[in-house]
Amino acid sequence: MIDTLNIGLAALILGLGVWIIAARDAYAAVVGFIAYGLLLTLVWVQLHGIDVALTEAAIGGGLTGALLIGAVGRLRSTEGAARAERPGVTTRWLAAVVSAAVTGALAICVLVLPVPSPTLAPEVAANIAVTEVGNPITAVLLAFRAMDTLLEAIVLLFALIGVWSLAPDRAWGGRPGLLQQADPNGMLAYVARVLPPIGIVVGAYIFWVGADHPGGKFQGATILAAMWLLVMMAGLGDAPPVSRAWLRWLLVAGPLAFIGIGMVGAVHAGAFLAYPEGFAKPLILVIEFALMPTLTLILGLMLLGAPRRGET
Amino acid sequence: MSLAFELWTVVAVIAGAFFFLAGTVGLLRFPDSLTRLHALTKADNLGLGLVVLGLLPLVDSVAGGLKLLCIWLLVLLSGATASQLIARTLQRSNSPP
Repeated sequence: MIDTLNIGLAALILGLGVWIIAARDAYAAVVGFIAYGLLLTLVWVQLHGIDVALTEAAIGGGLTGALLIGAVGRLRSTEGAARAERPGVTTRWLAAVVSAAVTGALAICVLVLPVPSPTLAPEVAANIAVTEVGNPITAVLLAFRAMDTLLEAIVLLFALIGVWSLAPDRAWGGRPGLLQQADPNGMLAYVARVLPPIGIVVGAYIFWVGADHPGGKFQGATILAAMWLLVMMAGLGDAPPVSRAWLRWLLVAGPLAFIGIGMVGAVHAGAFLAYPEGFAKPLILVIEFALMPTLTLILGLMLLGAPRRGET
Repeated sequence: MSLAFELWTVVAVIAGAFFFLAGTVGLLRFPDSLTRLHALTKADNLGLGLVVLGLLPLVDSVAGGLKLLCIWLLVLLSGATASQLIARTLQRSNSPP
């Protein structure tokens, strides 16, 4: 029964993937991509990777989907021209062959993996008690592979700087995105008043529960960012101008705290990002709390796009 | 007693699945956007509602049951809002495709 379900799920994902590639309309392809993200979430649940499933649903399907829909909206005016200059047969065949070769190489890599595959899981499980964190994923992300998580946060910051760098000169320092004019008594404004209290509780819960159960700062921050965006889309609030000092400080606070604690480790525990004995859990908590507002702001601001209005 | 609960679960979940199927068929077959929207909301409201009600006897704690009900209510809220916004946009563009 479960096998049938899994085979059906895999077939659905492959079919959807082919459909996304074949879709002529960019908007239809993006909608397909969002559905693809949700199906992948189910796959991760089936593989018992609940943390990954949450991230896939929040960031892979939700946030990336919203980013792509925004991109499609902006490209709409050029889509006709882009379709007119369709690449030649040779180019398309070449693209197909290269893509198929990459897929084939990946398939071969997966098939020749030794069984049982080499793993560090037993060592992680043996040493997890040192971190005093109950959720092994959080322990790996913030203790054993803290460097990766630090770089991830910094990469997000670079992505935001990349988005901001698209601002026209006259709007630099101003508010990102367009001014939203929604009906103050409309449906959107109603939801933007009702949903955020629930969403903030859910986001904070997912953030807090990440220490011992599936969840964590990335998933929680995505939910909080979504609530913030909802309020702004309904015209109940406005984005801050990107020149504000408090905004800039909050954006770098998370990575700075992370690096600072890493330096403390270099002095007191012998290695960059090593935690002094007995202080692992409190230091991990400090890092999580420092990263949370930074991630929420970065994710929200990235969706709003480059500054396009003056400071007023 | 437990047999009655199991029977209820089977009946309610099958009924919910039927509404999802009917909603999907309607989404694919109905002629214009407003009727398609109508079909879609049936799947969200009744389909998911029946599935949630059917699963309620199987939860092992009150909190678990409340979470299930919350999921249903949140989907109701988001489904109603999204279809309202789509319908409003359709009305404004004034050219039902």
